Amino acid sequence: MNFLSDLILFIGSLFMFLAAVGLIRMPDMYTRLQAGTKAATLGSIAMILGIWVLHPEWSAKLLLIIFFILLTSPVGSSTIARSAFILGHIPWVKTSRDQETPS
Amino acid sequence: MSMLQILSLILIGSAVLLSLLRMLLGPTTHDRVVAADTIGVITTAGIVWIASYLNNEIYLDIALVYGALAFIGVVAIARALDSVRQGERE
Repeated sequence: MNFLSDLILFIGSLFMFLAAVGLIRMPDMYTRLQAGTKAATLGSIAMILGIWVLHPEWSAKLLLIIFFILLTSPVGSSTIARSAFILGHIPWVKTSRDQETPS
Repeated sequence: MSMLQILSLILIGSAVLLSLLRMLLGPTTHDRVVAADTIGVITTAGIVWIASYLNNEIYLDIALVYGALAFIGVVAIARALDSVRQGERE
Protein backbone atom coordinates (compact mmCIF):
# COMPACT_ATOMS: atom_id res chain seq x y z
CA MET A 1 0.00 0.00 0.00
CA ASN A 2 2.81 2.33 0.90
CA PHE A 3 4.74 1.52 -2.25
CA LEU A 4 1.66 2.08 -4.42
CA SER A 5 1.19 5.54 -2.89
CA ASP A 6 4.85 6.39 -3.47
CA LEU A 7 4.61 5.22 -7.07
CA ILE A 8 1.56 7.39 -7.82
CA LEU A 9 3.28 10.33 -6.12
CA PHE A 10 6.34 9.80 -8.30
CA ILE A 11 4.24 9.67 -11.48
CA GLY A 12 2.52 12.91 -10.48
CA SER A 13 5.76 14.70 -9.74
CA LEU A 14 7.16 13.45 -13.06
CA PHE A 15 4.24 15.08 -14.86
CA MET A 16 4.83 18.31 -12.94
CA PHE A 17 8.48 18.28 -13.97
CA LEU A 18 7.44 17.71 -17.61
CA ALA A 19 5.08 20.69 -17.31
CA ALA A 20 7.96 22.90 -16.17
CA VAL A 21 10.22 21.60 -18.95
CA GLY A 22 7.45 22.41 -21.45
CA LEU A 23 7.19 25.86 -19.91
CA ILE A 24 10.88 26.42 -20.67
CA ARG A 25 11.15 24.65 -24.02
CA MET A 26 8.00 25.69 -25.89
CA PRO A 27 8.44 28.46 -28.48
CA ASP A 28 5.30 30.48 -27.95
CA MET A 29 3.08 31.85 -25.21
CA TYR A 30 0.02 29.80 -26.24
CA THR A 31 1.92 26.50 -26.43
CA ARG A 32 3.55 27.29 -23.08
CA LEU A 33 0.08 27.88 -21.68
CA GLN A 34 -1.24 24.49 -22.72
CA ALA A 35 1.92 22.67 -21.62
CA GLY A 36 1.98 24.24 -18.18
CA THR A 37 -1.72 24.02 -17.45
CA LYS A 38 -2.60 20.54 -18.66
CA ALA A 39 0.45 18.67 -17.46
CA ALA A 40 0.49 20.43 -14.09
CA THR A 41 -3.20 19.64 -13.59
CA LEU A 42 -2.65 15.94 -14.32
CA GLY A 43 0.39 15.86 -12.06
CA SER A 44 -1.34 17.48 -9.11
CA ILE A 45 -4.37 15.19 -9.46
CA ALA A 46 -2.06 12.16 -9.52
CA MET A 47 -0.28 13.42 -6.39
CA ILE A 48 -3.56 13.93 -4.55
CA LEU A 49 -4.65 10.41 -5.56
CA GLY A 50 -1.40 9.08 -4.13
CA ILE A 51 -2.10 10.82 -0.82
CA TRP A 52 -5.62 9.38 -0.98
CA VAL A 53 -4.23 5.84 -1.15
CA LEU A 54 -2.18 6.62 1.96
CA HIS A 55 -4.99 8.33 3.93
CA PRO A 56 -8.42 7.00 2.91
CA GLU A 57 -10.11 8.83 5.79
CA TRP A 58 -9.45 12.23 4.18
CA SER A 59 -11.29 11.32 0.98
CA ALA A 60 -13.98 14.04 1.16
CA LYS A 61 -11.57 16.97 1.32
CA LEU A 62 -9.19 15.40 -1.20
CA LEU A 63 -12.04 14.92 -3.68
CA LEU A 64 -13.07 18.52 -3.05
CA ILE A 65 -9.54 19.73 -3.87
CA ILE A 66 -9.46 17.58 -7.05
CA PHE A 67 -12.84 18.97 -8.13
CA PHE A 68 -11.65 22.50 -7.42
CA ILE A 69 -8.46 22.07 -9.46
CA LEU A 70 -10.44 20.56 -12.35
CA LEU A 71 -12.86 23.49 -12.16
CA THR A 72 -10.43 26.40 -11.89
CA SER A 73 -7.45 25.41 -14.02
CA PRO A 74 -9.19 25.51 -17.46
CA VAL A 75 -11.01 28.72 -16.53
CA GLY A 76 -7.77 30.42 -15.58
CA SER A 77 -5.91 29.28 -18.68
CA SER A 78 -8.71 30.29 -21.04
CA THR A 79 -8.88 33.70 -19.36
CA ILE A 80 -5.14 34.18 -19.90
CA ALA A 81 -5.42 33.06 -23.53
CA ARG A 82 -8.36 35.39 -24.16
CA SER A 83 -6.47 38.32 -22.65
CA ALA A 84 -3.38 37.56 -24.74
CA PHE A 85 -5.46 37.27 -27.91
CA ILE A 86 -7.20 40.58 -27.24
CA LEU A 87 -3.85 42.26 -26.61
CA GLY A 88 -2.68 40.99 -30.00
CA HIS A 89 -0.12 38.30 -29.25
CA ILE A 90 0.89 36.67 -32.52
CA PRO A 91 1.00 32.85 -32.42
CA TRP A 92 4.08 30.96 -33.49
CA VAL A 93 4.50 30.89 -37.28
CA LYS A 94 4.03 27.13 -37.62
CA THR A 95 0.79 27.17 -35.63
CA SER A 96 -0.82 30.30 -37.09
CA ARG A 97 -3.52 30.23 -39.71
CA ASP A 98 -6.16 32.73 -40.65
CA GLN A 99 -7.27 34.13 -37.32
CA GLU A 100 -10.72 35.29 -36.45
CA THR A 101 -11.08 38.85 -35.31
CA PRO A 102 -10.69 39.21 -31.54
CA SER A 103 -14.02 39.61 -29.82
CA MET B 1 11.04 8.70 3.92
CA SER B 2 11.57 6.31 1.07
CA MET B 3 13.81 6.77 -1.93
CA LEU B 4 10.89 7.28 -4.32
CA GLN B 5 9.51 10.06 -2.13
CA ILE B 6 12.86 11.85 -2.07
CA LEU B 7 13.07 11.53 -5.85
CA SER B 8 9.59 12.98 -6.31
CA LEU B 9 10.42 15.87 -3.97
CA ILE B 10 13.50 16.64 -6.08
CA LEU B 11 11.33 16.61 -9.22
CA ILE B 12 8.78 18.99 -7.66
CA GLY B 13 11.52 21.36 -6.51
CA SER B 14 13.14 21.48 -9.92
CA ALA B 15 9.71 22.03 -11.52
CA VAL B 16 9.16 25.09 -9.32
CA LEU B 17 12.68 26.33 -10.10
CA LEU B 18 12.14 25.98 -13.87
CA SER B 19 8.82 27.82 -13.61
CA LEU B 20 10.56 30.59 -11.65
CA LEU B 21 13.16 30.76 -14.44
CA ARG B 22 10.38 31.23 -17.00
CA MET B 23 8.85 33.89 -14.76
CA LEU B 24 12.22 35.64 -14.59
CA LEU B 25 13.02 35.70 -18.31
CA GLY B 26 9.57 35.49 -19.90
CA PRO B 27 9.45 37.96 -22.76
CA THR B 28 5.90 39.14 -22.15
CA THR B 29 3.67 39.66 -19.14
CA HIS B 30 1.46 36.75 -20.12
CA ASP B 31 4.37 34.31 -19.93
CA ARG B 32 4.89 35.38 -16.33
CA VAL B 33 1.19 34.95 -15.55
CA VAL B 34 1.29 31.43 -17.05
CA ALA B 35 4.32 30.58 -14.90
CA ALA B 36 2.53 31.91 -11.79
CA ASP B 37 -0.50 29.74 -12.61
CA THR B 38 1.68 26.64 -12.93
CA ILE B 39 3.45 27.40 -9.64
CA GLY B 40 0.07 27.79 -7.95
CA VAL B 41 -1.14 24.36 -9.08
CA ILE B 42 2.17 22.72 -8.10
CA THR B 43 2.13 24.39 -4.68
CA THR B 44 -1.45 23.23 -4.02
CA ALA B 45 -0.39 19.60 -4.51
CA GLY B 46 2.72 20.28 -2.41
CA ILE B 47 0.63 21.49 0.52
CA VAL B 48 -1.45 18.29 0.26
CA TRP B 49 1.82 16.35 0.44
CA ILE B 50 2.79 18.35 3.56
CA ALA B 51 -0.56 17.38 5.13
CA SER B 52 0.29 13.72 4.59
CA TYR B 53 3.85 14.16 5.86
CA LEU B 54 2.88 15.95 9.08
CA ASN B 55 -0.25 13.74 9.42
CA ASN B 56 -2.41 16.80 10.05
CA GLU B 57 -5.71 17.33 8.31
CA ILE B 58 -5.81 21.12 8.71
CA TYR B 59 -3.33 21.56 5.84
CA LEU B 60 -5.98 20.33 3.39
CA ASP B 61 -8.03 23.43 4.18
CA ILE B 62 -4.92 25.54 3.64
CA ALA B 63 -4.39 23.86 0.24
CA LEU B 64 -7.99 24.61 -0.76
CA VAL B 65 -7.74 28.28 0.23
CA TYR B 66 -4.35 28.59 -1.47
CA GLY B 67 -5.75 27.19 -4.71
CA ALA B 68 -8.70 29.57 -4.57
CA LEU B 69 -6.46 32.58 -3.97
CA ALA B 70 -4.05 31.61 -6.78
CA PHE B 71 -6.98 31.21 -9.20
CA ILE B 72 -8.46 34.59 -8.19
CA GLY B 73 -5.05 36.24 -8.60
CA VAL B 74 -4.48 34.84 -12.09
CA VAL B 75 -7.97 35.77 -13.30
CA ALA B 76 -7.68 39.26 -11.80
CA ILE B 77 -4.33 39.91 -13.50
CA ALA B 78 -5.57 38.64 -16.87
CA ARG B 79 -8.79 40.68 -16.73
CA ALA B 80 -6.88 43.77 -15.61
CA LEU B 81 -4.47 43.45 -18.54
CA ASP B 82 -7.15 43.33 -21.21
CA SER B 83 -9.33 45.94 -19.52
CA VAL B 84 -6.41 48.40 -19.67
CA ARG B 85 -6.22 47.84 -23.41
CA GLN B 86 -9.98 48.25 -23.90
CA GLY B 87 -9.84 51.51 -21.94
CA GLU B 88 -7.17 52.76 -24.34
CA ARG B 89 -9.34 51.99 -27.35
CA GLU B 90 -12.29 54.06 -26.24
